[in-house]
Amino acid sequence: MSLAKRIIPCLDVDAGRVVKGVQFVDIRDAGDPVEVAKRYDDEGADEITFLDITASSDNRNTMVHVVEQVAAQVFIPLTVGGGIRTVKDIRTLLNAGADKVAINTAAVFNPEFVCEASARTGAQCIVVAIDAKRVSTGNEAPRWELFTHGGRKPTGLEAIAWAKKMEAFGAGEILLTSMDCDGMKTGFDLELTRAVSEAVGIPVIASGGVGTLEHLAEGVSLGCADAVLAASIFHFGEYTIGQAKAYMASKGIVVRT
Amino acid sequence: MQKIAIIDYGIGNLYSVSKALEQVAGPQDRVITTSRPEAIASCDRVVFPGQGAAKDCMQALRTHGLEETVMEAARNKPFLGICMGMQVLMTKSEENQGTGCLAFYEGDVKYFGNHVSVGAGEDRYKVPHMGWNAVRQDQAHPLWAGIDQGSYFYFVHSYFVHCTDPALVAGTTEYGLPFTSAIAKDNVFALQCHPEKSAASGLRLLQNFVHWDGESRIH
Repeated sequence: MSLAKRIIPCLDVDAGRVVKGVQFVDIRDAGDPVEVAKRYDDEGADEITFLDITASSDNRNTMVHVVEQVAAQVFIPLTVGGGIRTVKDIRTLLNAGADKVAINTAAVFNPEFVCEASARTGAQCIVVAIDAKRVSTGNEAPRWELFTHGGRKPTGLEAIAWAKKMEAFGAGEILLTSMDCDGMKTGFDLELTRAVSEAVGIPVIASGGVGTLEHLAEGVSLGCADAVLAASIFHFGEYTIGQAKAYMASKGIVVRT
Repeated sequence: MQKIAIIDYGIGNLYSVSKALEQVAGPQDRVITTSRPEAIASCDRVVFPGQGAAKDCMQALRTHGLEETVMEAARNKPFLGICMGMQVLMTKSEENQGTGCLAFYEGDVKYFGNHVSVGAGEDRYKVPHMGWNAVRQDQAHPLWAGIDQGSYFYFVHSYFVHCTDPALVAGTTEYGLPFTSAIAKDNVFALQCHPEKSAASGLRLLQNFVHWDGESRIH
């Protein structure tokens, strides 16, 4: 008996609809966040992350309604990220049934926001999302820096030191995405994952690059992640969460069954 | 038709607890989230949730004038404590340089960091203890009905309960050390984990609670 490693499907939500084409044959409306979340819950997802990619601020409240609807029917932890800038934003999402919020850009531009949010709502609610890119070359010691705006804008901040700082500022968890691997389906940046996971005393979720079940298992066994997050391999029906868990269990990883 | 009260003392989000109870309660049952002592006293069963720091929870109970209401409910009707709602039933907590709790049961609430190796690096335990962990059922109890031995429940906490009276222990979980994840006595059942976030096992436990007559033995 011990703490299970978590498998977390991630859903991109735009103006209240799941995007990136979820292809479950037996789902009536693949764009309906409630239906998709229910499906993942049935398959055994340990948690669900919603990423609000709504560009227009007019649609901000839509995400709150999505969370409310999902939380009324799906009884596993829910994390929401995307565009969270104030304690009020966080409170609104928590009151709608979210368990955690992921803060990314707002933490980079105003690290004290993480302190304030953690003090007001509790560290367990605050996930700091880190988008990191490898900036070292050739024989240099590995070094990763934070990027914002979907990996386009460098910040000059070194990723491991940043993770430690965010822990000290009251983050309860780190959601670590490798911008080099994201969307490549070649696996996590395991060196980055391991470096961050061993540098902080809070859980680390590995993200970015999953293309196979082996990648998920490696994130835990080699990357030392506490949880693994993936989007496309689950959305496009390549694998079910159940298959992912069975594979991880076959590699000696403790999963919830 | 019965009334189920969720005690609202301004600590944390009660939406999920409320929705989960509505899901498992009968169509005629009413789930009420309230801070009014007389409303709580008039309900058939009581859920006592909580999150955050022990000191803040105790302070909020005092501010809302709910200490005696909670104790009274725990004395005489089916009562379910969740997370901090379990911890503050004990004598005292190590949190915030020592916080006196309701002392409904004898026992302490301890910080993982003082008892297991926590922090960064290999072979260390991360705090908070966050995620799904197995609960060993230490006694047969109506609230465990239909839930497999060793089922996984969702936890988020940095402090754990240590009971003075082993007879109180209804569930044990391992995280660097075995700790008490559920206690039960007479009409009271309390859990460290969150049944409202624990998928089918959690919903089954809430369903068992909604139908529970408040006797700790199995009929």
